[in-house]
Amino acid sequence: MRYLPLTPDDRTKMLAKIGAASIDDLFVDVPAEARLNGPIADLPAHASELAVERHMAALARQNRAAGDGPFFLGAGAYRHHVPASVDHLIQRGEFLTAYTPYQPEIAQGTLQMLFEFQTQVARLFGMDVANASMYDGSTACWEAVVMARRITKRNKALFSNGVHPHYRSVARTMAHYTGDVVVDSDPELNAASDWAELAASVDKDTSCVVVQYPDILGRIDDMTALSAACAQNGALLIAVVTEPVALGLIKSPGEMGADIVVGEGQSLGVGLQFGGPYVGLFACRQKYVRQMPGRLCGETVDANGKRGFVLTLSTREQHIRREKATSNICTNAGLCALAFSIHMTLLGEAGLRQLAAINHGRAKKAAAALAAVPNVTVLNSGYFNEFTIILPTDARSLVHRMAERGVLAGVSMGRLYPDNDALANGLVVAVTETVTEDDIAAFAKALTEELA
Amino acid sequence: MSTLNPAGWRPEMTSGEAGAGGVPATFTGNRALMLEEPLIFEIGTRETTGVDFDEVAEDFDLGPLTRSAPIGLAGLSESETVRHYTRLSRQNYAIDLGLFPLGSCTMKHNPRLNEKVARMAGFGDVHPLQPQETVQGALAVIHELADWLVKLTGMASVAMSPKAGAHGELCGILCIKAALEARGEDRRVLLVPESAHGTNPATAAFAGFTVEGIPATSEGRVDSDALIARLGPDVAGVMITNPNTCGLFERDMKKISDAVHAAGGYVYCDGANFNAIVGRVRPGDLGVDAMHINLHKTFSTPHGGGGPGSGPVVLSAALAPYAPLPVVKPVDGKLRLVEEENAADHQPDSFGRMTAFHGQMGMFTRALTYILSHGSDGLRQVAEDAVLNANYVLRSLDDVLEAPFGASGPCMHEALFSDRGLADGFSTNDIAKGLIDEGYHPMTVYFPLVVHGAMLVEPTETESLDVLDQFIGALRSLAIRAKQGDEALKTAPHFAPRARLDETLAARKPVLSWQGE
Amino acid sequence: MARYFTEEHEWLDVDGDTVTVGITDFAQGQLGDIVFVELPAVGLDLTQGGDAAVVESVKAASDIYAPVDGTVSEANDALDADPALANSDPEGEGWFFRMSLGDASQLGGLMDAAAYKNFCDNL
Repeated sequence: MRYLPLTPDDRTKMLAKIGAASIDDLFVDVPAEARLNGPIADLPAHASELAVERHMAALARQNRAAGDGPFFLGAGAYRHHVPASVDHLIQRGEFLTAYTPYQPEIAQGTLQMLFEFQTQVARLFGMDVANASMYDGSTACWEAVVMARRITKRNKALFSNGVHPHYRSVARTMAHYTGDVVVDSDPELNAASDWAELAASVDKDTSCVVVQYPDILGRIDDMTALSAACAQNGALLIAVVTEPVALGLIKSPGEMGADIVVGEGQSLGVGLQFGGPYVGLFACRQKYVRQMPGRLCGETVDANGKRGFVLTLSTREQHIRREKATSNICTNAGLCALAFSIHMTLLGEAGLRQLAAINHGRAKKAAAALAAVPNVTVLNSGYFNEFTIILPTDARSLVHRMAERGVLAGVSMGRLYPDNDALANGLVVAVTETVTEDDIAAFAKALTEELA
Repeated sequence: MSTLNPAGWRPEMTSGEAGAGGVPATFTGNRALMLEEPLIFEIGTRETTGVDFDEVAEDFDLGPLTRSAPIGLAGLSESETVRHYTRLSRQNYAIDLGLFPLGSCTMKHNPRLNEKVARMAGFGDVHPLQPQETVQGALAVIHELADWLVKLTGMASVAMSPKAGAHGELCGILCIKAALEARGEDRRVLLVPESAHGTNPATAAFAGFTVEGIPATSEGRVDSDALIARLGPDVAGVMITNPNTCGLFERDMKKISDAVHAAGGYVYCDGANFNAIVGRVRPGDLGVDAMHINLHKTFSTPHGGGGPGSGPVVLSAALAPYAPLPVVKPVDGKLRLVEEENAADHQPDSFGRMTAFHGQMGMFTRALTYILSHGSDGLRQVAEDAVLNANYVLRSLDDVLEAPFGASGPCMHEALFSDRGLADGFSTNDIAKGLIDEGYHPMTVYFPLVVHGAMLVEPTETESLDVLDQFIGALRSLAIRAKQGDEALKTAPHFAPRARLDETLAARKPVLSWQGE
Repeated sequence: MARYFTEEHEWLDVDGDTVTVGITDFAQGQLGDIVFVELPAVGLDLTQGGDAAVVESVKAASDIYAPVDGTVSEANDALDADPALANSDPEGEGWFFRMSLGDASQLGGLMDAAAYKNFCDNL
C-alpha cells in the first residue's frame, strides 16, 4: 500500500519492543464479539493510483461542468473566473497540510493570512471586525441570529422574504430545537423588497431582522430606514451577502447601518464544487466582538518585540467555555478563506470594482436580451449580476428542456420553493464575467424556441 | 515602504544567540531562507490589480446605492501576490514537512491524487442547483462514499451534509431530539464524560440540552457504573468518545449502550478517533446510534490550516428516519437528491436542513479517492499501523515521561503522557516549545483536561520506523532536560520564525484587523 | 465598613446596605494574567450563589458568583479599559461591582480575613 511506510520487518521489531505477540494483542480491549477478523466482506481491496483515477474520472464525466456551455446559475453560488495562481498557492503543502494555528511560532503564515482575510472581509462589509470564517453562508446566518439573541436577550427573528430559502430553512430547523422564533415567508413576484413592511413590524420583542442583499430574486434596496427602525426598537439588523463581488459596486451593509453582516464567500477564489466546501463570512461592530462565534486572529508581539499573530479571545470558544461557549463551531474554512483572500489580493480594490462593473454590465445585456423574448418579462427594477424573469410557463420543467438544448438557464423558483405555485413561472438568472455574448445569444435563442 | 539605506547602516552583532560572539543582525530582518513579510496592506495599493480583464467596464451609477467611498482593499500584481503567499507559507509547519503528532487531530499524509480528482471539471466546476440529470456522477460519488461509510461502521445509513465534526455532532444530537419528539418525550439531559472534547458539551448546549458530566475512572475510562446509575426518564442519551480522549478503547461501550437503550436514551459516539479502529471494529456492533466521521482525520482530506472539515454522521436504524435533507437515494433507476419537494415521499421524518447545499462535495471526492486507494484491506492496515506506532511511542518513552494510563492496557492510536516529574517551574508547554526547535510540531497539550499537563501524541500510520525513532529520541532528550531544569527550554523556541508570542497582550487589547488607511 | 470573604475567593466590603465585590489576591494569582472581566448590568437582580460576572485569562474563563442577594448598582468600568487592574490591585481599584444588600443575614455565613487566610492556607 503506497501510503504506508512500515515494512513487515518493522512491525515485528516494534511489537517486540512493545511486548506484544501480535497486532491483535493491541486490540484486546475490544470485546471479542465486536472484533472483525479480516477485511469487511463486500468491500473491494486496495487499488492503484491509475485504477482509482480512472474510476473517479468516469464519474466526473457523468456531470456537465458549468464551463461546458452557456451557464446562468446563481442563487447562492456563483461561477467566477479564478486566477490560476490562487489554486497554485493554496496547494502549497505548508498551507494545504497545516493544522489550526495553535502553535503560533510555527504558524505565522496561516495566522497572518487570517489577519489579512479578517481585514478584507471587515472592509468589504463596512464592519469593524470579522472572524476567521465559518462553514458557509447559511450556517453563518444562523450563528448571527443566535448571537443577536445573546446580545438582546430576545428570541424573535424577523426574516425578509428575500433571504435564500435554504438559509431560512436552516434557521427554521435550528429554531425548532432551540426555542427561537423565526418569522418568515416566501417572496412575492414584486420588484420591491419587503423591507418597508419589515421596518413597520419590528417591535420590542424582536432580537433581529435578517435581510439578504442582493436578495434571492436579485433585488437591491437601501437598508438605512430599516436599520433605524431596528435601532429604535433595540433590535439588530443582520445583512446576508451571498454574492460579495456585488460590494465592489453597491454600498456595503455597514454603510447603511447593519450591525452584523454575514455572507457566503464562495464567489471569490473558491469555485462551485457542487455546493461545498464554501466559506462563511462573519463580521460585526466592535462592541459585539466578545459575542462573536468562531476563531479570531489578533496582532501581538513576540518575546523579542517582533510583530506576530495569534488566535485570540478564545474564551468565547468551545475548547475553553464548553457548554457556555458562543457556538459549538471548532473548525473554520481555513483553506477556502485563503483562496478568498488571495483572489481578493489579486483583484485589489480597483480590480474588484472593475469586476463588479463588468458583471453588472453583462447582466444588463442579458436582461435586455431576455426581455426581448416574447412573453418574457424582467421582474427587477434594480439588480447587480442576478435578476428574475417571469416566464409564461412553469420554469422548472423549462430548465430541464433548456438543459437538453445545452443551456443551463438559471435556477427555477420551483426548485427553490417547491410548494409555492404562485412562484412557479419565476426563473433566477445569474450573469457573471464568465458569460460571453454568445452565451447570452444562445440563451435567448433557445428560450425563444422553447416558448414558441 | 522605503528601504533605501543612504546612511550606509551596517548591522551590529547581537548577543545571546548562536555562538559566543553572537550572530549579525541583518539589514532586512531576513535570515537567509527565513523571510520577513509585511501585510498586503503595507505593500499593496488601492490602485494595483493583479488581474487583467477582457473589457473595460462602463462606469455605472446606481444612485444612492452606488459604493462611492473607498473600501480600503489593497491589491498586488500577480508576481507580488505569488511571492507574498509563498513567503507566508514558509512560516508554517505542515504534515508535508514532517511528523505532526497532534493528538485527536489525525495529521496523516494527504495524497495528491485526491487533490487532482477534486479538481476535475466534472466535480470542481458543477453548481449545486444544476438539473439533477446533469450531475449524476456527483450524486454517484456521494452515494458510493455513503455506502463505504455505512459498511465500515455497520450502521443503517449516513447523513452526508454536515460541514465539519462539530456540525456532525449537532446533526446527531438533533436526530436524537427529533426521535424523542416523535415519541412525545421531553428528555433534557445529555451525559457527557469529563474527558470529552469541548465541542461535545458545546453542541449539546447549542441544541438546547442540559449537560451533566460523568467522571473517569482511575484507569482513564468512563465510569460506567456512575453513568448507568444516572440514567432515567430525563436523560436523552450520552455522548461518548471511543476510542476515548485518553487514547483508550472503552471496554464497556456495549454494556453502556445496552443500558442507555433500556432506559429509553440514545448513544452518540464522537468519531474523532475512528482512525484507530477503521476496518477492525464497527461502531454499529457496539450499540452506537449516531457517530460523526471527520473525513479530514480518518480519510485524509487536508486540514488546510483549520478547515474546511467534513462530518458525515452514520445513524442506526432508530435514528435514520430523522436524517437531515438533502439525502441521495436511487429513485426509478436514477440517483435523486431528496430535498424539501420530495421529502414527503422519501424522508418524511427528516428534522430539516442544516446547510444551504449538499455538504462538502470537494471533501467527498477526496475521501472516496482515499478509501478506494486503500480498499477494505488497506484501511484495516491503517488502523493497525496507527495503533502500532502509538504503542511504540508509548513504550519507548514511559520510562522518562509519566504515562498516567500506561498500566491500563495497550493504547489505541494515541499515547498520553503527563508533566509530573518535571523540574519545578517546568511544564508541558516547555517541552512543546522545545519540540519546535527540534523541527517537529508539538503534540496536543493540556488536553484531555483530566490529566495534569497532558501531552497527547498521535503519530498516525504515516510515519516510518526511522522517523518515529528520531522523534522519540528528541522527546526523550527534552523530557530529560525538563527534569533537569534546563533554563534554555523556558525561552524556546529559539529557531522558529517567532519567539513565544504575547497572548495576554493580544487578548487585553484586541487588534483584529489592520488599522491603517 | 466590614470586609468579608467567600470560599469562591471573592471579597466584599459592606458599607450600610451597599456591598462592593471583587476577587481576592489569592484568586488573581491562581488565574494568572486577567484579560477581560464581564461585569453585570446595573439593575440586574442577583441571587446568592448565582452567576454575577466572568473573569477571563488567556486560556480560562471563571464564573464569579453573587456573594449575597441584591441588585447591581454600579460596575467598575475601569476594568474595561484596563483589565490588568484585577491583577495589580484586586482588593482595591480592581473591584468588580457594587450591589445592594438584600439579606444581611447572609453575611453570617461568610468568612473574615483571618478565617479566609486559614482557608487558603489549607487548600
